[in-house]
Amino acid sequence: MKKNVYVYLLLLPGLIILLLFLAAPLFSTVFRTFQGNEGLTLAKYIAFFKDSYNRGVYIRTLKLALLTTLIAVILGFPTSYYISRLSRRARGLYIIFAVFPLLTSPVVRSFSWMVILGKNGILNSILLKLNLIEEPLRLLYNEFSIVIGLVYLFLPLMIMSLVGVMENIDEDLIEAAESLGATRREVFIRVIFPLSIPGLIVGSVLVFTGSITAYTTPQLLGGSNTTVLATLIYQNAMSLFDWDTASVVATIMILTTVFVTFLINKLSSRLNA
Amino acid sequence: MFALLVYLFLIIPLIIITGAAFGTDEYLRFPPQGFSLKWLANIFEVEMFVRTFKISLEIAVLGTVLALLVGIPAAYGLSRYDFVGKNFLQGFFLSPVLVPGIVFGFSLLNFLIIKYEMPVYTSLLIGHTVIIMPYIIRVISSSLENFDYSIEEAAISLGASKVKTFFVIVLPNITSGVIAAFILAFINSFNNVPVSIFLTGPGISTLPIQMMSYVEYYFDPTIAALSVVLMVMTIILMFIIEKTLGLSYFAK
Repeated sequence: MKKNVYVYLLLLPGLIILLLFLAAPLFSTVFRTFQGNEGLTLAKYIAFFKDSYNRGVYIRTLKLALLTTLIAVILGFPTSYYISRLSRRARGLYIIFAVFPLLTSPVVRSFSWMVILGKNGILNSILLKLNLIEEPLRLLYNEFSIVIGLVYLFLPLMIMSLVGVMENIDEDLIEAAESLGATRREVFIRVIFPLSIPGLIVGSVLVFTGSITAYTTPQLLGGSNTTVLATLIYQNAMSLFDWDTASVVATIMILTTVFVTFLINKLSSRLNA
Repeated sequence: MFALLVYLFLIIPLIIITGAAFGTDEYLRFPPQGFSLKWLANIFEVEMFVRTFKISLEIAVLGTVLALLVGIPAAYGLSRYDFVGKNFLQGFFLSPVLVPGIVFGFSLLNFLIIKYEMPVYTSLLIGHTVIIMPYIIRVISSSLENFDYSIEEAAISLGASKVKTFFVIVLPNITSGVIAAFILAFINSFNNVPVSIFLTGPGISTLPIQMMSYVEYYFDPTIAALSVVLMVMTIILMFIIEKTLGLSYFAK
């Protein structure tokens, strides 16, 4: 690695763009939330959390994100383990089918669930035909449809994070444990799980923070009773023109994602120690 | 078995949407009744789809080119040299991916359009350039990791200038990385919703935003047909990524 002062010149154009168009706008948004008539104040945050509607939105966002992460782990963990033990070729095929949804427009992915869960959607017509229900169920525009949409959106991310770590688990380790008399269950709990933790951490952080900040899915699959932080920012800014509240929600969203990332990382270093 | 079920969950919605795009009915259903291409043709009848498709394409290409122009030198500097504050700057260049899109979009509206009265189109382009930057830096850096810098030093010791060496030796060796970075950045810009949604104005909107407002009012198979077009586009771009970067890049 060489030392060179001119290296800063290479970085300069990018730095200027990021300072002017990322750091400055974000700072301006965060700063205005603390601005009061007489200096800095937390008044806007106190007012925000005093409102039970806002508190409800915040709690709902966290709840849905937690639920999404849990389901993604439950579905993703065994799937990823299965994929990681496959031959190179077969693994590649599974990876293609996980990456494809990942690169497909979130609008398309959310829309596909509108087609499935809608009042005249596929699920309802199947259930009606089988005479399991008499009237179409309301499956769309509620918390249920948001969670399905979010799991659908982020499951590939969880799978990719886990496969990346699990495929490096040495087959010999598993065989060694088995030949020493460990049951499959014990192998899973004492060998595979501990070695997969790094992937689990990365996947969970990505899914959880992604769910907290997702806009498209709750906008398309949620209803007026299921506002989350992201849709609350949009409503305040574009429908109510309440820029202060929108900025407060935006800041809360940033702080929450930073805090959660910090917390999960802290937890993981505890587990590893 | 379990893995197969999970994968059915991932794939079936996309199959359903494809099936629904080719039906003859006026509303979405699956399995579709009959076969017709009229919804595919109908995409081109909706003027806003055609126009916003062009805008999305323009923004994605221009934004990616801009991000490459500033991103390639930055990635080169970050992986080639050692300097004070290197770790911090590396983090800073990747930071746009950590900022929630909806927060960033709102902040740009607030700061660029309202405060500094910048045109909507310019702001949209800037927003996309910024969110694309981390993808460029990451992919280019990882392909520079595989580059043997002794070749570069050989060229310089033989009398080539640093700039010439970069263009004649380094850049041709990371072409596949540049292509992969371009495609990844393009996809992320083209599909973006949360940043774009705040940066639309009279006559300026992107395709995903237009699709979102369309499904609020209409529920016919036009969107399904459009989804199929986008999925075909994704498949082609994925093919290029596989040939350049390798799809296993995503499992890291």
